[in-house]
Amino acid sequence: MDYEIVMGLEIHAELSTKSKIYCGCSTEFGGEPNTHCCPICVGMPGVLPVLNKSVVEYAVKAGLAMDCNILQFSKQDRKNYFYPDLPKAYQVSQFDLPLCKGGYVEIETGGVRKKVGITRIHIEEDAGKLMHDEWETGTLVDYNRCGVPLIEIVSEPDMRSPEEAKAFVENVKSILEYLEVCDCKMQEGSLRADVNLSVRPVGSTAFGTRTEMKNLNSFRSILRSAENEARRQISEIEDGGRIIQETRRWDDTKGYSYAMRSKEEAHDYRYFPEPDLVPIVVDDEWLGRIRASLPELPAARRERYIREFNLPEYDAALLTSSKRLADFFEDAIKGSSNIKAVSNWIMGEMMRILKEKELEADAVPFPGHYLAQLVSLIDKGTISGTIARKVFEKMFESGKEPGLIVKEEGLEVVNDEGALSAIVRKILDTNPQSVADFKSGKEKAFGFLVGQAMREMKGKADPQTINKLLREELEN
Amino acid sequence: MKVTRETIQHVADLARLNITEAEIDKLTFEMEDIISYVDKLNELDTKDVKPMEHVIPIQNVLREDRVTGSFDREKLLKSAPSQENGCYKVPKVVE
Repeated sequence: MDYEIVMGLEIHAELSTKSKIYCGCSTEFGGEPNTHCCPICVGMPGVLPVLNKSVVEYAVKAGLAMDCNILQFSKQDRKNYFYPDLPKAYQVSQFDLPLCKGGYVEIETGGVRKKVGITRIHIEEDAGKLMHDEWETGTLVDYNRCGVPLIEIVSEPDMRSPEEAKAFVENVKSILEYLEVCDCKMQEGSLRADVNLSVRPVGSTAFGTRTEMKNLNSFRSILRSAENEARRQISEIEDGGRIIQETRRWDDTKGYSYAMRSKEEAHDYRYFPEPDLVPIVVDDEWLGRIRASLPELPAARRERYIREFNLPEYDAALLTSSKRLADFFEDAIKGSSNIKAVSNWIMGEMMRILKEKELEADAVPFPGHYLAQLVSLIDKGTISGTIARKVFEKMFESGKEPGLIVKEEGLEVVNDEGALSAIVRKILDTNPQSVADFKSGKEKAFGFLVGQAMREMKGKADPQTINKLLREELEN
Repeated sequence: MKVTRETIQHVADLARLNITEAEIDKLTFEMEDIISYVDKLNELDTKDVKPMEHVIPIQNVLREDRVTGSFDREKLLKSAPSQENGCYKVPKVVE
């Protein structure tokens, strides 16, 4: 039997406010344990939390960018559960009146575009960090992260493959980056996803029983865990078993998931309105101001790149997928006459190096217009493409201007016919077989000889001059 | 509304309370009494009454996003029953 996968996601994104959601402690990542803490965020009795205004604005921005309805009357609720990462024994979240409801995010996989529904976006506080391993006798708790503001973005069960789920997270990440409401550093946990997944026979409209995979913090783990879970559920059903609705945890190093103990699952959060925090009212005037502050979003920027710079859709989509990358591109093309070449360099060499070094585009050690200079050095024939790649790598190492690197390392193309003639003659002398092949009509031998000459010159010769000189020598 | 012994045990479990059999009997009776009392409200027609979202009739108590500093760690940890390496220490919890 053929099965269809049904997936819905919950994405937790830490908001990049300076201070925590209910107190003036710093939200900075890292730091000595429990040094970004105060009586409010460690949950001492009798303290009074006060909501950070930017948290509301950031969440509303995210909602508007995902085409949600903004609830102009919203409230916060207590979600009760006991776990030491939560010192109050409840998390302040939103239950029945979240800030945003009913939007969508567009995704594209395999050339097909579709809308993934957004059920809701609400604000809540993050929990602390538990350290279990090294301490035999107990668990240590660091509350620096406790009270860092989060938004939880809940999608509709609209995705039908792990690839669609990955594309959804990518697009949400890109939107949040553009809005500058979340730094989206998945390795630091500032963006993480819970994946709800079920399978059903193709053609069926009823949903199967779903499981929830908790806290995935890389695209790789989202993809792999979903593939793995779909396989597990299908084989369970094929073997005549039943899927149990449960929460599972993914072990990315071992590549499998396991069910969390069902006792922890007795989810009965007993939500009730948070008495210490009053309702949030976003009136028309405030909503208008937030709307007016929205930047150009990825989809709009992509369309503009196609329109304004005549870039192919592929280039436009790739360049605008990350705000940092698009910003770098726009900086690079200021004053450049060869936009397509700049785009090629960014998509090719630059992305390759960034991926290798596991860096984002804002970590490029030189300003964008240095790349434009490099392109112009190639276009003017000062350096060859091969040399340009070397120069580019050196720019990544030193952050120096390409012109300076070319000068310092003596990488200019040699055009001097006298010098190149000597090289050409040397190549002809040392490769008599190729010369004979060429003379007997094998045009391929000519390419080989050009290559030899270029190698002799370590790529610094002007290939056209070499071509011309070689032909003259061979035909005389 | 009928309150069962199972409900009382469940609520006690959620609140991490150990209660004796005798206490369950007593609490079952008392809880049912309280709920019956509040149930009287259901006799009213509340169809056109807006739900009360909050008891205090004020809204938007907000602060600007400014870091105003944190507390001295030693002072905070003084309130902890146990501490180690600058952290709160709790009985081992296994996920």
